[in-house]
This record gives sequence, C-alpha cells and structure tokens, in this order.
Amino acid sequence: VDLNLSEDQSALRDTLRDFFAKESPPDVVRDAEPLGFDAALWGKVADLGLCSIAVPEAQGGGSAGLQELAIAAEELGRCLAPVPLIEAAVANNLLASLSDAATDDASAVAASAVVASAVAGERLATLALRPAVGSVARLVPAGAVADVVVAVRGDELVLVQQRDRRPARPADAVANLGSAPVADCVVDGADVLVLANGPRARSAYERAVREWQVLTAAALVGLGTKALEMGVDYTMQRHAFGVLIATFQTIQHRLADNATALDGARLLAFKAAWAADEELPTAGTLATMAFLFAAETAFKTASESLHFHGGYGYTLEYDIQLYFRRAKAWPLLLGDPRAEYSRLAHRLFDSQET
Amino acid sequence: MTMDFSLADELAEHREAARAWVDANLDPEWIEEQHRTGTHETPELRALMARDGILGAGWPREYGGSDVDPRFAEAVRDAIAAAGILMHGWVTTAMVLHTIEHVGTEEQKREYISAALRGELLVALGYSEPDSGSDVAAAKTTAVRDGNEWVINGQKMFTSTAQVCSLVFLLARTNPDVPKHKGLTMFLVPTDSPGYEIQPIHTLGGQRTNATFYTDVRVPDAARIGDIDEGWGVMNVALVFERGVSEGGSMVNGVAADIAAWARDTTGPDGATRFDDPLVAERIGRIAVEEEVGRLLRQRGMWLAEQGGLPGVEGSMAKLFASEASQRHYSDILDILGAEGVMQREAVGAPLAGKLENEFRESVVSTIYGGSSEILREIVAERRLGLPRNRPRANR
Repeated sequence: VDLNLSEDQSALRDTLRDFFAKESPPDVVRDAEPLGFDAALWGKVADLGLCSIAVPEAQGGGSAGLQELAIAAEELGRCLAPVPLIEAAVANNLLASLSDAATDDASAVAASAVVASAVAGERLATLALRPAVGSVARLVPAGAVADVVVAVRGDELVLVQQRDRRPARPADAVANLGSAPVADCVVDGADVLVLANGPRARSAYERAVREWQVLTAAALVGLGTKALEMGVDYTMQRHAFGVLIATFQTIQHRLADNATALDGARLLAFKAAWAADEELPTAGTLATMAFLFAAETAFKTASESLHFHGGYGYTLEYDIQLYFRRAKAWPLLLGDPRAEYSRLAHRLFDSQET
Repeated sequence: MTMDFSLADELAEHREAARAWVDANLDPEWIEEQHRTGTHETPELRALMARDGILGAGWPREYGGSDVDPRFAEAVRDAIAAAGILMHGWVTTAMVLHTIEHVGTEEQKREYISAALRGELLVALGYSEPDSGSDVAAAKTTAVRDGNEWVINGQKMFTSTAQVCSLVFLLARTNPDVPKHKGLTMFLVPTDSPGYEIQPIHTLGGQRTNATFYTDVRVPDAARIGDIDEGWGVMNVALVFERGVSEGGSMVNGVAADIAAWARDTTGPDGATRFDDPLVAERIGRIAVEEEVGRLLRQRGMWLAEQGGLPGVEGSMAKLFASEASQRHYSDILDILGAEGVMQREAVGAPLAGKLENEFRESVVSTIYGGSSEILREIVAERRLGLPRNRPRANR
C-alpha cells in the first residue's frame, strides 16, 4: 500500500487547484448558468490538454492514466467548473481505443479523425450514458455543447456528428437541476457512423461508463469537500444564543461524519482509478462502488452544509445552493442509484465461489 | 512511485498457507468453548502461534521478534477470525506492546514484549471505572508512591478478558492537585497481586467482561509505563492503536459476502431466490460499498502507522465509520433474513448457524468501547475541521 500521490501527480493537483480557483470562481459558475458551459474556460482547459491526457501519446495525448484524470476531476468538482471535462475525456479515451484496435476500416479512420481534432481542441466529444431509445439518446451530458456524441443504439456503438451545437445556445439544453449542458441527441440519419457492434461495442461502452463513474466520483469528492469547507466556514462566523453555532455538538458531529465519509469516498475513488489503470478484474465493481458512495456522500454533505446556513442557505445569493443542486444532479444522469446498488450486488456476488 | 492500494493482493499469496496452518492447528472445540464461557481468547491457540513465530512477526529481533513474514501472520489472523475464533486478549495485548515500544524503557521492551511474543503474557485494559467511561481522564483509582513501590486503590470496569490475563494496563491518578489530565500515570499490574480481585460481568454480545478491584495492590516502579503524571499521553498512544491500527479482525470477507451467499441459496415460496429480490440485492450492495470504505479508512490508518506516524484523526475516522456502518449492516441483515433472523445459534436450522444474530448483538458495543462515536466525532471536529472545543475544559 502506498497512499501518496507521485511527485508528478502532486504537481498536477497543485497546478489544477490554482487553475480552477483562478479561472472558475463562483461568479464564472453563475454567469455560465443555466447552460453550464463557459466556452472561454473550455478553450483554456483544451489548451492544457486535460481532456486527452489519458489518450496514448501516439494519438496526440498524454498517455497518463485514470488517476491523473481523477485528480483533474476532483479539482474541477471543487470549483464546479462549467466545462464537460469528464465527458470529453471519457469519450476521447473510448474513441482512441477503437481507432487503435483496427486501423483499416472506416469506423477506425473516423474515430481517429475525431480523436485528432478533439486532441487539437477543435471538437468536443461526449458520451450518452444510457442506450438510445428509438433514435434518441436522452439527457446526454454535454449533449448541448458537444460536436460529437458516442452512443449505444441497439447492439451498435455509434458516433454522431452534431453540426449545429456550436457556438452553444442555451435553448439547446434541457432545463435541469444541475445547470448542466444536457440535451437529447438524435442518433439517426446521415451523420451517424457505426464504430463497433456486438460484444466489442458493449465492452467498449461499459468501460467508458465505468470511467465516467470513477471520474464523476472524484468530481463529487471535490464538490463535497468544498461544500464541507463552506459549512465549516459559515458555522465559524454565525452566532446564535451568543455563541458561534460551530460550538453546537449536533452541528460538529454532523460535520465530522461528513468529513469522515468524504475521506472514505476519496480513498475509494482513487482506488477505483488505480484498479482501472492496473486493469484489475475488480475495476468495474470498484468504479460503481466509488460512484455510489461519492454521490451519496457529496449530496449529504452539501445538503447539511446548506442546512447549517439557515434561511440564507435557501437563497440563491449564497453559493452553497450551487453545490447542493449539482451534488444531486451530476450522478443522477446515470439513473436511480438504488437500482445501481442492486445491480452492483449481482455483479459482486452472482457467482462468488466463497 | 504512485498510489498503490494492493494490500489485499499482497496477502493473497499467503492465504492458502494461512488456511493450512489454521486447519492443522485449530481445534473446533475452541469455538464452542468461547461461546460457552464468553472468554474470547484461547490460550492454547496463542501458544501455538508463539511456537511458530506468528506472534513475533514484524517485531524487532532484540524484543523477541521472529523471521515470519508479517503478511503471513496477518493472513493467519484473518483465517482464525474467519473460522470463528476471537482473540480479544491478544488484540488488547498488541495495543499495549505497541505502546511500550513507543514510550517504554529499554528494559520494559525486552521484558514485556518478548514474553508476550512467547505467548506467556496477556494484557487487559484498565481504563474505565464505574463513574467514568468516555470521560476517561476522570479516573479515581489512585496510585500512591511508597519508596520504590506504588500502592494502588480503586475499581475498574470492563476489564475484558482479565480472567485469562496476567497483567492489567491500568490508568491511575498519581496527582490529585492538578487538572485531571495532568495527574495520571499508567502501570502494568499483575493479576496475581495480593489485593486484586475480579468479578464477572455478562454482556448482550455473550462476551464475559469484568469488574476488577484493587485494594492496597503494590507494584514496583519498574511497572510504570511512561513518565509519572504523563499517563494521559501514554493512554492516547494506546488508543490510536485501538481505534485505527489494531491487530486482528478480518480484512477480507465482510458480511456482505455472507448474506449474499445465503440469499443466493435461499428460495422463497414463489421459487425465486431471495437474491432475485431487488430490495434484498440493493441492501447487500450498500453493505458491500460501506464495508469497502471502512476497510480503506482502516488501511490508511495502518499505512500511516507503518510510516511511523500516530494517526489519531485517521484512526478515529476509521473506527467511527466502520462501527456505525456495521450496526446498520447487522440490522439490515436481520431484516433480510426475515422472521428467521431472530433464530439463535442454539436453534436448529438457524440461518448461517445463528452467526449473524450473534454478531448483531456483539456489534452493539463497537460504537461504545475504545472511544464512543461521540468522542471520535469530537476528535475529528476539533483536530481535522478546527471547530471549537465544546466539552468543558479540564477540571479537577
């Protein structure tokens, strides 16, 4: 066991913490609402090469792993940065893996072309988290701003070019709790290209969704950590009955429980990233575990920190509401978490020999 | 160097040998005996572990350490736990040995650690008293200096496994004229001392614990662990080991796997397995996630301790999370078992031979001993979050 980040990873974390703190303060987050996308910030993120750091160097990426992306996602989450880094990184990894596998057919060439332009910051790719129903992939994260959507349609993994998404218009997005650039995407017509089908399509897609779970877990850990700090800061300023409300045991103990759960959520998110990088057989279930626990922990933390703000927490003026809404909305795009717990149990224990 | 979570995998290569050791050495009668007597320690087993160097694994040679791979030793402890044998006496002993390693004199390290690793010595904890538990520094038991000896008078509560221990690690007041935390000293008191008495106390979880009484018990100054009036700091070293980094307890299989196996093998009136019920599977999934989080928090504490740190906050978090979670889990598990969940190990046909009903009762104490959840939350609140102290300041 070694729970230290490497020197490079620590440096990456420090750099990105400064970057997002400077580039994505609360007023940037608010100005990007309701669409939840800041094109200028996206340009800067693309310039850093963040959405392709895990793409192989041969394809123009940084050949880093999911751990490095998780570090980036955590820092993004702290500042609620209005850029679809997680979706773009996952889609780029997926496209890179497909173009790597078979370089001679048309789909591989197309994937290569998209990866090349995505790495160059020219195109933004995203992933539909749920299979298309009929010809529509519903509520696709970053679907309102992506040039390219990767989706599952029947037993095919398809790539859709969206020609009219940029410059993004708020009207493209579905109004939503998390002020995220979510949209329904049409998976039909001349702009659809089949990347893979059958088992290969399914395994590539499942891997991408697992990566999304790990990175979303890391982002939620960052979100929750900041929400906890906001709760601590407020209770250390607010007086009631002549004392700081931070002295009240019921408040202290709830904050302490949330700090504890967040430490656990961070460990689990990074263990899941490590397992994915090491290609361990447990990587899939760890991704889901990390996702579910981070989602629950971030929401509970943001919700209680909001509560400790009293009536001010209910106003739009205080930033804690920005965290509260996203803590619920980000993970929910994958579906009912209780159903996911149930599926997780089957994946863990359906054929356990012990 | 990068992050590496591969603890469980490091042990994997030792599991088979560990199971073989347990199969060759463990007498199933000991399990029954532990249940019958409530004494959660088996001296015969400890003697065998000492014989094969398992107790001494990882300890320095000069204090009686062995060449046995500490990972094999940990795998053996896991296999013993998996077989249903508890080693509570060794768990408390190991905490005290680690404390002596940190604060003891060279002579004490050579004497106590090596004797314990030979299996000849077992230590119970004497912190709580009838009028003080969480507020442990309020202890009233006194130790008064008399020449080169100390004379101890008072009473301790919950001196668990003392009935088979040769020593009690005792918190005593040596100075009544200073704030309560500053007048305490730790001693190792032999249980064959004149003036020492023991009375059994029976618990909800089936474990026998004890009240122990000290009337003019004399110990030499050499039995003092740490400096005079510095017992609070010494005990806090021991508490770090108790909360986050103690030996014993399974790191591998949790109850999620147990209840999942039951649910897979049990069919309802409609012919479907209990595991096919999403309500059952959902709860099992949640238990598995929280068990993993508890394991990771504990792993972090142990890792920090291996680096030479004393992970007070991290150990508190590990114990807080794991103990609170395990109570929720056992409650959920009894619900999943349904009416049969109430059946005890004596009942014919009890699910999993009544193991889970038993553990449900045992788990009750986990949020109480070794720092109640409330104390642990205050440690996290003050030391991690920087929140103001809300307990009354130390008084006399």
